[in-house]
Amino acid sequence: MPLYEHVLIARQDISSAEVDTINEGLQAFIEDNGGKVGKVEYWGLRSMAYRMNKNRKGHYTLMNIEAPAEVVQEMERKQRINEDILRTLTIRVDEFSEDPSPILVKREERKRRHERY
Amino acid sequence: MKINITNLPSKRPFARRRKVCPFSSDKSPKIDYKDPKLLLRYMSERGKIVPSRITAVSIKKQRRLSRAIKRARFLGLLPYAVK
Repeated sequence: MPLYEHVLIARQDISSAEVDTINEGLQAFIEDNGGKVGKVEYWGLRSMAYRMNKNRKGHYTLMNIEAPAEVVQEMERKQRINEDILRTLTIRVDEFSEDPSPILVKREERKRRHERY
Repeated sequence: MKINITNLPSKRPFARRRKVCPFSSDKSPKIDYKDPKLLLRYMSERGKIVPSRITAVSIKKQRRLSRAIKRARFLGLLPYAVK
């Protein structure tokens, strides 16, 4: 089954708990329809480079999905209906990179640097 | 006697040193649309993509780089333009 990297941006007004419920809902939807969700990464509330329909910040989430194409299209249609989700990007990839994405790596480095002082 | 420009000795105007592509060695970082810090190095301060003749990036990698930058811009990780 094809592998997809899926990034979704949720509105800043909703709490991160609601973002988790959205993610779990998507995961459940994919698993029910015969797909598999690998790594799910929550990048947190990040400030965006430009205002995206009136939101300056957004909850970023990355998901590694392995599912047939129709399931992914259906998931995207559901996300378009959901108002809390600002924007999604699904990219077909050949293989997943298991290590944490660069955004998280930078944060850990910064944290480690502060702890030493 | 009009000086013909072509036969003027042309001093080498510019460094001819062949710059190495930063992405072609195996230790080089992978081009990834999720890594804004790496992509920022190949964008001007105004937010435009710097041409490969200046950054000496190979053509194949420059295409991947520009695709990654466009995806990052779509996701709001990189600005389209910096005023």
